[in-house]
Amino acid sequence: MELTVNKGLAWLKTINEKIQEKKDYLTDLDQAIGDGDHGINMARGFQEVEKKVEANDYADVSDLLKDAAMTLMSKVGGASGPLFGTAFLKLSMSLKEKDPVDYPSFSTAVGAAAEGIKQRGKAGQGEKTMVDVWVPMAEYLQNAQEFKPDELETKAKSAMEATKEISAKRGRAAYLGDRSIGHLDPGSVSSYYIFAALAETLQERK
Amino acid sequence: MKKIINDPNQVVQDMIKGMAAAFPECIKHLPETTVIVRKEAPIHHKVGLVSGGGSGHEPAHAGYIGEGMLDAAVAGEVFTSPTPDQVLEAIKAVDGGAGVFLIIKNYTGDVLNFEMAAELAEAEGIQVEKVIVNDDVAVEDSSFTSGRRGIAGTVFVHKITGAKAEKGASLEEVKQVAEKVVANVRSMGMALTSGTVPAAGKPGFQLAENEMEIGIGIHGEPGIERKDIGSADEIAEELINKVLADMNFSDGDEAAVMVNGLGATPEMELFILNAKVQELLAEKNINVYKTFVDEYMTSLEMAGCSVTLLKLDDELKELLDAPSKAVSFKI
Repeated sequence: MELTVNKGLAWLKTINEKIQEKKDYLTDLDQAIGDGDHGINMARGFQEVEKKVEANDYADVSDLLKDAAMTLMSKVGGASGPLFGTAFLKLSMSLKEKDPVDYPSFSTAVGAAAEGIKQRGKAGQGEKTMVDVWVPMAEYLQNAQEFKPDELETKAKSAMEATKEISAKRGRAAYLGDRSIGHLDPGSVSSYYIFAALAETLQERK
Repeated sequence: MKKIINDPNQVVQDMIKGMAAAFPECIKHLPETTVIVRKEAPIHHKVGLVSGGGSGHEPAHAGYIGEGMLDAAVAGEVFTSPTPDQVLEAIKAVDGGAGVFLIIKNYTGDVLNFEMAAELAEAEGIQVEKVIVNDDVAVEDSSFTSGRRGIAGTVFVHKITGAKAEKGASLEEVKQVAEKVVANVRSMGMALTSGTVPAAGKPGFQLAENEMEIGIGIHGEPGIERKDIGSADEIAEELINKVLADMNFSDGDEAAVMVNGLGATPEMELFILNAKVQELLAEKNINVYKTFVDEYMTSLEMAGCSVTLLKLDDELKELLDAPSKAVSFKI
């Protein structure tokens, strides 16, 4: 695996494509157990990310992801802005002066991102939040030792789907408690698109 | 919806423009942001104080900028936390080399966004500390928070930390006194009618003609109960009793009192309520050192009020008495 600036750009664009395509679906999910704006906010945020990174040149992946992070936190709003912003900011910080990015540094960076999300949201695993995708993915990447796009996508998908059975303890859905069971966590679904887009982007050259 | 506005989606920008134009001797608008800063900012070697949150609570927070109080206020959309990039701009604008102190009301969005900004500022080499205000005794968790909400008591935090920083205290000393205020301030509110968020166009909730809601939040979040409206005396008693139940006063202890209007309450009614508040405190042998009756932390045009008590010691009294030239809090 080698994540270059160009691949990073393609990754961000693919995330945006998926989020735009699933905008209404994400909003529907959020209407069921949250305040019903997740799709709208994420779509606005990633649209702005694409606009921003296309208009600039980047020396390395870290710089690219930092701009993505700053754009997400200023354009998404609500709690998702700082949380997804934190994820990309931690990736960026962890990948500083690592260009191109190899597999070990990338898996370490995802670990830092998962840790950052936990701290920012004061959330742990099993509380029906995006942590339930990021933490298992960080662990999977650590253990896998090499980049296997199909497996990565499958892992992310099953982590995302597992949030359906969890009773929410954090975020707006927590007010519903056990009534949140049976619904996917919208932040986890968006997180799944981020990993699915990564798998897609890095698979193409193979 | 009947409001003196232009575009409902531009109310925050339009307000900031008008506010900066009203008090050019004291404040200025940071171009391209929703940040208002003290005219002299940054002040060399003084801890910079930043507060803020959603708009719709005027005069909070920009009204508390000025000598002896805040250095900057960050305005979010109505009832929505400002984003970290805006808070970061405020931090950078007021950093005079002694660090920056953030005063955050305890709402999930505010805490997330301000903490994120603090981290970004630290990455740029600015020392940042914070306090989270949670003075509302009404409910433990609400639709906007984990834990208690921050409401009108925040104004006392602004005043006292502002005075401390103005005296040249260090970031650590400012934090200590801020924590002391938070530990000793409690509030509770009630509403008769709802405010209307301009972009939403209709009232946030409905109360019948004869109803009131006790323990309401400053965004119209539900409180403790809805019931038939009582007299001013009954309302004062209910609010004060709930607040006192959460505080430890001994005979002869001193307190500052704030009777705060939520946006559409005539001063007449606030004074009527205050009369009973003072009587109740006297009965409990609590000495009222200073009283504030006005609109300090509003909720758009909500009719209703909140009552705040701050238990005082010598240090807090001195800092409360210190001069303030803030636009909406002159001492």
